[in-house]
Amino acid sequence: METAFIITILATAIQAGAPVIYAAVGEIFAERSGILNLGVEGMMLVGAVSGFIVAVNTGNPWAGVIAAMLAGGLLSLIHAFLTITLHADQVVSGLALTIFGAGLSSFLGQNYVGVQGPQFNPIHIPVLSDLPILGPILFDYDILVYLSVLLIPLSAYFIHHTRPGLHLRAVGEDPATADVMGINVARTRYIYTFVGGVLAGLGGATLSLAYTPGWTEGLSGGRGWIAIALVIFAFWEPWRAMVGAYLFGGVQALQFNLQTIGITIPTYFLNMLPYLFTILVLVFATGERMKRHLGAPAALGIPYIRGER
Amino acid sequence: MTPTPSSSSHRLPRLSLERRLTSPWWLSWVIPIASVALALLAGALIIASQGVNPWEAYRAMFEGAFGTGYGVAETLVKAIPLMLAGLGVSVAFRMKLWNIGAEGQLWMGAWAAAGVGLFLYPAWNLPPWLAILLMMAAAVVAGGLWGAIPGVLKGVLQVNEIITSLMLNYVAISWVLYFVDILWRDPGGLGFPNTAPLDKAIWLPKLTWIPFLPKGHRVHAGLLIAILAAVFIWFLLNRTKWGYEVRVIGENPEAARHAGMPIVRNIILVMILSGALAGLAGMAEMAGVAHRLQRGLSPGYGYTAIIVAWLAKLNPFGVLLVAVLFGGLLVAGDQIQLTMNLPRSISDILQGLILFFVLGGEIFGRYRLRLR
Amino acid sequence: MNTPTARQPDIAVEMRDIVKRFPGVVANDHVTFIALRGEIHALLGENGAGKSTLMNVLSGLYTPEEGEIFINGEKVVFHSPRDAIAAGVGMVHQHFRLVPTLTVIENVILGLDDPKFRLKLEGAREKIQSLSEQYGLKIDPDAFIWQLSVGEQQRVEIIKALYRGAQILILDEPTAVLTPQETEELFRTLRSMAEKGHTIIFISHKLDEVMAIADRVTVLRQGKVVATVAIDEVNKEKLAEMMVGRPVIFRIEKPEIEPGEEVLRVEDLHVRNDKGLPALQGVSFVVREHEIVGVAGVSGNGQTELAEALYGLRPVEKGRIFLYGRDITQASTRDIIREGVAQIPEDRHREGSVGNMGISENLIMKHYRRPPVSRGPLIDWGYVRDFARKLVKRFNIAAPSIHTKARLLSGGNLQKLILARELSSEPGLIIAMHPTQGLDVGATESVRKQLLEEREKGAGILLISEDLDEVMQLSDRILVIYEGQIMGETPGEGADRNEIGLMMAGENRSGTGDTSLQRNTSNA
Repeated sequence: METAFIITILATAIQAGAPVIYAAVGEIFAERSGILNLGVEGMMLVGAVSGFIVAVNTGNPWAGVIAAMLAGGLLSLIHAFLTITLHADQVVSGLALTIFGAGLSSFLGQNYVGVQGPQFNPIHIPVLSDLPILGPILFDYDILVYLSVLLIPLSAYFIHHTRPGLHLRAVGEDPATADVMGINVARTRYIYTFVGGVLAGLGGATLSLAYTPGWTEGLSGGRGWIAIALVIFAFWEPWRAMVGAYLFGGVQALQFNLQTIGITIPTYFLNMLPYLFTILVLVFATGERMKRHLGAPAALGIPYIRGER
Repeated sequence: MTPTPSSSSHRLPRLSLERRLTSPWWLSWVIPIASVALALLAGALIIASQGVNPWEAYRAMFEGAFGTGYGVAETLVKAIPLMLAGLGVSVAFRMKLWNIGAEGQLWMGAWAAAGVGLFLYPAWNLPPWLAILLMMAAAVVAGGLWGAIPGVLKGVLQVNEIITSLMLNYVAISWVLYFVDILWRDPGGLGFPNTAPLDKAIWLPKLTWIPFLPKGHRVHAGLLIAILAAVFIWFLLNRTKWGYEVRVIGENPEAARHAGMPIVRNIILVMILSGALAGLAGMAEMAGVAHRLQRGLSPGYGYTAIIVAWLAKLNPFGVLLVAVLFGGLLVAGDQIQLTMNLPRSISDILQGLILFFVLGGEIFGRYRLRLR
Repeated sequence: MNTPTARQPDIAVEMRDIVKRFPGVVANDHVTFIALRGEIHALLGENGAGKSTLMNVLSGLYTPEEGEIFINGEKVVFHSPRDAIAAGVGMVHQHFRLVPTLTVIENVILGLDDPKFRLKLEGAREKIQSLSEQYGLKIDPDAFIWQLSVGEQQRVEIIKALYRGAQILILDEPTAVLTPQETEELFRTLRSMAEKGHTIIFISHKLDEVMAIADRVTVLRQGKVVATVAIDEVNKEKLAEMMVGRPVIFRIEKPEIEPGEEVLRVEDLHVRNDKGLPALQGVSFVVREHEIVGVAGVSGNGQTELAEALYGLRPVEKGRIFLYGRDITQASTRDIIREGVAQIPEDRHREGSVGNMGISENLIMKHYRRPPVSRGPLIDWGYVRDFARKLVKRFNIAAPSIHTKARLLSGGNLQKLILARELSSEPGLIIAMHPTQGLDVGATESVRKQLLEEREKGAGILLISEDLDEVMQLSDRILVIYEGQIMGETPGEGADRNEIGLMMAGENRSGTGDTSLQRNTSNA
């Protein structure tokens, strides 16, 4: 029964990690351009509920996915407009986005609680899915999970080996220089904040159309915040974000499966695990950063106003 | 010297922003008011999208909150925890510490106070006034400790306090619910998860002497505690050496370092103070309104407090005022649910919208819009 | 002044009647500026005269309110730096526009449309290497910017401009961060570029360099052009007078005073920088009463870390610091302040003041812990008001009221505020970091006068500055720091600029035999 337990944990970890991967990679893009978007939780919620509503009403989960991505993106544009064009404080704006997003998702989803909707089911790959051990761990997921895995190498390549990726890095590190070199700083930041919103929305859709599935108020349960913490843990690198997301997934998996191996801890304490885990991860990551003198994108969180100190 | 950007790098046609040197005094009033108005307008659109007449909805909300004596009383009741938690948040924000954990600190304060009230009071046979003081002390300590955790992590290890304080919210709620649902559950309860009620003697007394309010209102002594706290915080920040240090560190930590001010120590102290005030909010709500520890003790006061503090520009007396306004918003939310069957989440949406518009409007205090 | 007409073939740049305004000031007031092909043209003026602004207009960063620009006889309008680059104008800023975490190649190709999507760096690497050879600018294309020395970074900046086909190269105060030897090398590079037909525009406020390198000079003062002359028509004194508007005295009156007791003694100081690398490697020196000890050196050789260590802001790994004989090596900043040490920090805005607070609140930052500014836990704001008013008057700080926010003060007034705060407590030791950086002539004179006054009163002053002229003018003794070590010491009077320059570049010289200096050299 040991192996069965481990397999369950690993498989659940990868599934549970998927929505967080989307949100974290999205936030990596936004932060790499210099914009701190604390509204990830709000965008995930709005994405989740929009995706679900559209999927229920059209019968098509893919329509839901598109809707979720659009919703997250639109919401992120509010933050982008406030912080990039109006130079508002990025922390407060992000918080406002989360509160607004939470309220909006509640409002929109009030009639959809407990409703059954179309969902993404695990894809059965002949031969591979039936392998012992490796089958359930590697080949028993729905399309959204597979896409989340694909996202990692694609985004890493984009950031480090393409011209737009170079410009992205420059804007986040030294917007004054990027500006002088002819890169449109504001446009770059708008684009990548939008990308962050789109991916957060996709993460939400993964929750309401695959993982849970369904909609309840506050569906994401703080995953948006955990994603933000994981971005720091990841040193703004997609591969490390993946590791962090699966670690988080593993904690969630333990949370749900500890009693199967006879460990009884009241659910109240198990519920604390993901959040305590996040704090620990953050402490560890910050310590490592300090020692290795690695930094966040140097211009993160600072509004760029041409010509001002 | 600050230049006019040669071309707005965001291609806004012919509009550019020019930095002001000084801003006229009336601007700091006009902008927030205009922002709130715009937010209400945007909210109206959202309400209309659900097929409800927004003006009727707003009228119902306003009347519910401020139109009747009962409404005003309830507004004050809801304002009390917002005042205390808002004060706590504003102190932290003064030093640029983003304490998002006010909600958790509030819950921990309520829990500790409940522990004193439910068990120590009868066990040690304390006189009621002492019990109330001990409940307050317990709340302050519990909230303070809960705030100290992200404070220490930030001060000593430079760990981002936004996330740590926020994570602790979830931890705190789970912790308290464990007591509410299991350890301290009221056996005589009718299936609702809550603790036994506090002995009436140690409820925070109602302020029956306030004029113009209808009989049987629920406004309690927490209001006095909140007002005293505001005065105390104002005095602390503006008249004492420590308050001066806090303000300097918040404005420019590098200059503060060069002046020999202790940064780490102050980070921790400020977070403790911030948490303590939020904890006090929890105690006030528990001992003054609910009279027991229960689910739904706080509908997110800790989060709303952040908006309150920010809108009040971190001024202690401003916090009192804005807390009343937002108390009204919460009451209006309840009202609109009862009378028009619209969800309470409308008030969350409106809160978010108000914050957006005020945030957006802020820039006009620092910059002037120019058409070229 | 004779304005050549536009269509002459060898005019590379013509800026006609340029007006550029900012809130409260006209930075360029109907400026007409002409640079010829193949010449090195210096733009001279003191801080705030409008030189950088004019060149920012030429390089496309600012749009002028009035006026026109012609490049090679054709009218151009620049909406952004990109347009200027397309027209062949490249600018090397005083503060380099390089992203530290990217490599040389990545910085050079930043912002270009080619390569389209995938980053293929071989072509760029080849081109950079060929430019590097052509112009004698040695550089490793794959190095990260943070790994390079300041001189090397400047070379990257020049290559960046040449890579984009710059025919007209603008350099803003390029020698501020170079040793005298590196400056020579730069001048050689510039001359060879001019011979190849490039137009070099050289912004400076240093008269010696302008005299050495320029073919023609345009002098700006308070936003207006004073004159444009060929270099053989003028001398240093005439230029200085044009710059300032009145005859300028080049020597400061410095009375002879016998130095007194030891105020500061530093023994074998070892300190690490933020990256964990050694910043000070065995520094020893003394500062006495009535004495100004200058520390000369190119920035980045440990000066910042030295000032921080002396002020308790940076831990000392090895060695000792004594103040009036008392060991303060491990003392906190608070204690050091209490012992009577004042500091004029490197950055007035970041470290020296709180922009959003008023003058009076800034003035008490060092005094607030003790009476009479505070009584017990409370601050006596009434006393603070009087205190502030007195200081504003004594130090001549120009501001509408004592509640004016510090960020609204001019550089000179802000520095006066800092001086007022630091000097009002009659300090025994003053650590002054670049005290006149970015100030106009009037403010500079006033600051230097104040330092000399303190010297007369008996204070010991450690003057750390990259401005070699300033160090040479004010110091009684000059120490030269290089890579965290004191290379040697010379007396202030009659110091040899060349010798100092060599020490700044790393050549170890023996001291003058002064027994007050504890030497830590392993060789003779």
